[in-house]
Amino acid sequence: MRKKLVVCLLLLVGVHFAQAQNGIIGEKVYKTKCLVCHQADGGGVPNLNAPLDGATNVVGNDIARLVKIIRYGYNERVALDGYYYSNAMTPNPALTTTEIAAVLNYIRNSWSNKAPSVTIAQVQKLLKKK
Amino acid sequence: MKKQLQLIVFGSLLGFSIVHAQENAGLVLPAGFKAQLFAENIGQARHIAITQSGVMFAKLNYPNKKGQSIIRLEDKDKDGLAENITGWANYGGTGIYIRGDNLYASSDDAVYQYKLDANDEVLNASAPNTIIQGLLSRRQHASKSITLDPKGNIYVNIGAYSNACQEKDRTPGSKGMMPCPILDSAGGVWKFDGLKTNQTYVDGKRYATGLRNVIGLDWNTTSNSLFVTQHGRDQLNSFFPALYTNEQNAELPGETMYEVKEGDDCGWPYIYYDPIQKKKIVSPEYGGDGKKEGGNNALDPIVAFPAHMAPMSLLFYKGDQFPAKYKDGAFIAFHGSWNRAPLPQEGYFVAFIPFKGGKPSGDWEIFANGFSGLPADTKVANPRNAKARPCGLAESADGALYVSDDSKGAIFKITFNK
Ligand code: HEC
Repeated sequence: MRKKLVVCLLLLVGVHFAQAQNGIIGEKVYKTKCLVCHQADGGGVPNLNAPLDGATNVVGNDIARLVKIIRYGYNERVALDGYYYSNAMTPNPALTTTEIAAVLNYIRNSWSNKAPSVTIAQVQKLLKKK
Repeated sequence: MKKQLQLIVFGSLLGFSIVHAQENAGLVLPAGFKAQLFAENIGQARHIAITQSGVMFAKLNYPNKKGQSIIRLEDKDKDGLAENITGWANYGGTGIYIRGDNLYASSDDAVYQYKLDANDEVLNASAPNTIIQGLLSRRQHASKSITLDPKGNIYVNIGAYSNACQEKDRTPGSKGMMPCPILDSAGGVWKFDGLKTNQTYVDGKRYATGLRNVIGLDWNTTSNSLFVTQHGRDQLNSFFPALYTNEQNAELPGETMYEVKEGDDCGWPYIYYDPIQKKKIVSPEYGGDGKKEGGNNALDPIVAFPAHMAPMSLLFYKGDQFPAKYKDGAFIAFHGSWNRAPLPQEGYFVAFIPFKGGKPSGDWEIFANGFSGLPADTKVANPRNAKARPCGLAESADGALYVSDDSKGAIFKITFNK
């Protein structure tokens, strides 16, 4: 009983630690690689850089698309929630799978966004597929 | 006005309070100037133009729900508010210009010409003359600004579809292309005949090159030459963190104004202008280190403004309504920056710089501020929080200055009373 509790506690702490770690990495990646365009509030720049806060795709289920955008950049000028953005998004060839998962979780759960977590394994699998 | 009064009376009767119109439409202006809202919520109003009799035309970035992108605004009862608002033209764009009874408007790849009747109503809304077509439009810097010289030549900005002409745009480590292949068909101002129809690149002339993206341009009738304002490059710190700090990126490069004559080169992408060192510096994509000078053949700017503020319109003031200091001077509408992040943003105002004999005769100053809707001493932290972003400028025959906003589509009218 005691042992089980300890294991449970350890597990809990471990998970929380991993999540916190993920949060710190995500925020760091966002601040250094994304903030300049998508801004501190995730609001983007009208007509130029798409907003991430409140964006349907960002909290949506198409994780493969999001991973691809972050790794390879984005310059499609398709309507995103009804608006067009003219800038070209920088690719991030140097980001690790851990960093991509972390920044994805960061943008999916910052500002007003709330969405299920993306795991490192998921990102790994999606990047291999390409 | 009557309607407003009725609304207020009606509102107070029902027991809810109506927010009073802000003094000067929320703008902060020099003493003696007044501002009011000429129109509101007309859509993303880019450039504006006004006829001799005071009818305004605004070009929308996107057509509105009625499929109109050229909006006609008339203040028939002369109370300073446009009450007669109509429109046409189902294409987004930026440029609009009036010369006599010709109204020019641009999409991102063409320039059209409409005829106005004696009441400034459009005669050929659905069948304009196509003056220029087939201009390069590749998402970035795609908008086309236009102005005419007194001889009737039309000048069109064709922005570079790139930040710094890298092999791969906005990609860390990607080199600048030598020579930059974009410059043969973009990254400059082209000159065409203002009356000939169906012109393409082969009918025009590259008037000035080495201009990344010019959105503000105006002909100065004193110097009899073209002046342009360039949007300088972005992201020096993102791609070259070893050379530029966030603080340096926020101040580099300057937003520049040039007087351009035929054949001039302003240096993009090989150099940028550093307003602190007051030098043309080799771009890091071309081997620069933040200090190495370059661009021996490139023009020096006539004015350099702080970085990233995004000059959207340039207008030389010809009227007599404003005090003498403003006569022949330049107004510049600054959209407001985004690439100063993580530092606070700048711009979101209309600046003024006095001119004498076709040359600046003093320092630039902020003329109209407060478009963001934030308290006077608060800087915009995130661009989407700015209530209005100055874009177009126009002067009416009686010397009032109009400023358009391309966020929700307000038009501010600024007047002076002795
Ligand atoms: C140079 C500016 C720039 C940078 C830096 C940048 N982005 Fe973007 N981002 C854009 C633009 C512009 C678009 C829209 C492109 C389009 O519509 O073609 C976009 C789109 C997106 C989208 C898709 C939004 C939607 O609604 O589908 C996501 C997700 C995204 N960016 C995440 C990021 C992340 C995460 C980073 C940092 C690793 C980042 N971006 C860095 C400019 C940028």
